[in-house]
Amino acid sequence: MACQGLGPNETLATLKTESETLKTKLEEERAKLHDAELHQVAEKVEALGQFIIKTRRTLKGHGNKVLCMDWCKDKRRIVSSSQDGKVIVWDAFTANKEHAVTMPCTWVMACAYAPSGCAVACGGLDNKCSVYPLSLDKNENLAAKKKSVAMHTNYLSACSFTNSDMQILTSSGDGTCALWDVESGQLLQSFHGHSADVLCLDLAPSETGNTFVSGGCDKKANVWDMRSGQCIQSFESHESDINSVRYYPSGDAFASGSDDATCRLFDLRADREVSVYSKDSIIFGVSSVDFSLSGRLLFGGYNDYTINVWDVLKGTRVSILFGHENRVSTLRVSPDGTAFCSGSWDHTLRIWA
Amino acid sequence: VFTFILKFQHDHKVSLPMEQVIVAMQDPDLGIKMKNQRLLITVIPHAMTGNDIVEWLMKKYSIMEEEALHVGDLLVRHGYIYPLKEPRNLVLRPDESPYRFQTPYFWSSQQWPASELDYAIYLTKKNIRKQGQLIDYEKENYNLLHKRINHTWDFVVMQAKEQLRASKQRRKADRIVLECQEQAYWLINRPPPGAFDIREHGPERRNRLTSRVQLVRLHSFIIHQKKIHDRTFIKYSEQYFSHDPMMHGCPPSNPWITDDITHWALNTNTVSTPTKLRVERWSFRFMELLSDPLGRLKFMEYLEKEFSAENLCFWEACEDIRHGENSRIPQKVQEVYKQFLAPGASKWVNVDSKTMEKTLEGLRRPNRFVMDDAQMHIYFLMKKDSYPRYLKSDLYKNLLVKAIAPQETKRSVFPFMRRHRHSSPNPALVAQALEEDGKAKRLGSPRITSPATSP
Repeated sequence: MACQGLGPNETLATLKTESETLKTKLEEERAKLHDAELHQVAEKVEALGQFIIKTRRTLKGHGNKVLCMDWCKDKRRIVSSSQDGKVIVWDAFTANKEHAVTMPCTWVMACAYAPSGCAVACGGLDNKCSVYPLSLDKNENLAAKKKSVAMHTNYLSACSFTNSDMQILTSSGDGTCALWDVESGQLLQSFHGHSADVLCLDLAPSETGNTFVSGGCDKKANVWDMRSGQCIQSFESHESDINSVRYYPSGDAFASGSDDATCRLFDLRADREVSVYSKDSIIFGVSSVDFSLSGRLLFGGYNDYTINVWDVLKGTRVSILFGHENRVSTLRVSPDGTAFCSGSWDHTLRIWA
Repeated sequence: VFTFILKFQHDHKVSLPMEQVIVAMQDPDLGIKMKNQRLLITVIPHAMTGNDIVEWLMKKYSIMEEEALHVGDLLVRHGYIYPLKEPRNLVLRPDESPYRFQTPYFWSSQQWPASELDYAIYLTKKNIRKQGQLIDYEKENYNLLHKRINHTWDFVVMQAKEQLRASKQRRKADRIVLECQEQAYWLINRPPPGAFDIREHGPERRNRLTSRVQLVRLHSFIIHQKKIHDRTFIKYSEQYFSHDPMMHGCPPSNPWITDDITHWALNTNTVSTPTKLRVERWSFRFMELLSDPLGRLKFMEYLEKEFSAENLCFWEACEDIRHGENSRIPQKVQEVYKQFLAPGASKWVNVDSKTMEKTLEGLRRPNRFVMDDAQMHIYFLMKKDSYPRYLKSDLYKNLLVKAIAPQETKRSVFPFMRRHRHSSPNPALVAQALEEDGKAKRLGSPRITSPATSP
């Protein structure tokens, strides 16, 4: 566990003072390095040309706000969830719906496709994460084989399978993240450190595959060691709730999107924020972010219904995409980078390429 | 009324980004130039046109018209600017239509609840003025309220009458402005059925602060400081540039754009001849090779020739432990020990003595991470030794030579002829079929179990 009780000579006040002192010292050390911002380092990099990104598919079928989506590893199927409890699996390429489940709760804010493609996980206001094996028997009710895996004490905000169908990582409004064994529903590890609702998480694509990052209403992005449950790095530069976190493809950094209308890039080895993606004309919060395959582009879905495309290296905005008629609530790039999908409160999902 | 508005703006603490825009728009020097706007026979002061708003936004934020119109429209929808003509229609028209700024008193960020009582008074005033001719949903709401707060209805009517009397004493222009302001406020706070409702938010986020002080290990961060001028991100994006479909296109074409799935067909896990880009990518980093099932297969072939395939097998078996079912861990750990680590094991892997000692210790209480150290040792062994040699090997070089490099096809000459969009077998179906046929072999590491795509 990352937190301990008070020691013999410690009061809340003394601990807070010590924390402040350490923070100041850290800032001094960082300043000594006279570090440049990323866009300065990338000054000589060739600017990007014009981009033509258009909606290539519009998926209609949800009867209410789309809240979350995830891609299948087959690069064309997706799962999406909505406010009215519906979870739908689509072949996004043909726009056919292949499975549908109605959850017993509203506001299904989290959903994920299993790596094997044989199951989906979802949850929301029911405070749980459930796994549904996908059956192709038309007569079989998917809800019959539902498996309840995670149990939190507040809403489920995000979920993700780890490298197999057997483990799920969750984040919750109860301020914690947790790792679960799917087969038994057993809690394998819990992660305490956020001081408010945790809204998002992403697994690191590292060689040793042992860390993940989470973002919360406490404006912090925390990096965790999955083995020990410890918070190993923490970043606090956003000015409001962090709605989305996503690793840079190499795993050396991650991006975040916040209600403060900015996206930011955090370098894990330099241990600090190295870029801010913002514009005065963008006055609504970011709900979700993801990188293109090479990491050169960062896509941000915003609460003002638009998608902004950023040049990660130069810090400039490359394009603004219109189309959705309400908030963009979720956005993910496909596994092979050929497209990205956005889900919106306008009840639709769009595939862009 | 107008001096009151200005003073209020001065005192009001501007917090929201939207409000910052609104305040900037009203700056006496750099904001929009306000004028009198004619509304039928009345002259309304301190107003602007839709065009004024769009042009100001374009200039101030260096954005194109489409974006400026979008931002301006949001300002209207959120009640910070309201139209004088067609006041029920809260949209921004990029023409000479007149608009005014909403008084801060009515800003949606004020967050004092728009009470039933206030709404009742407003509807009653309207009812009296229009002599009973309220719009459908307003009529409905009026009747509902009349029932619900019937006990205070005398007060409601009295207030309504008093406010109407006071407004009659104002100049016509002022009266119109106040009516429009109030109407805009209620359109936001009691939107007509089916209309856009800005009050909609997701589930409540309780920003609680716990009393626990989190002393994260700050000291360790200082040790690992590193300058970012080592160009990591620049190098990475350059290396992957031609592999990024969004940046560089996608040979022969992006399926989502042309409806042609050849690109996917050429890159399944079971192709006999991989593409050039794919084989190239295996040389970027060891993890790329391992995470591509086909890459891993080819690497295994090479290792078999080198008589060191047991390393990769061991690594895969460890992955299976780490990511497999909790209940099978003890059994799997035992198997792995017997196969790879025990003296005289059939697939013995060369782990250094210190790591072996630690692993044997851990075997007494087998858990998901007991093989971690050994796995990492073997992983780095392969990375530092076998992998570089593989890339220099004839096997790999042949793959590169024989690899397919499809030409980038131009868009169809007849773009309006839509290709048939082929469906593909659902991965769940494929898995089910395998199981039913009894052909389900143990697929090894969970990583290999990625659904094949067949055209």
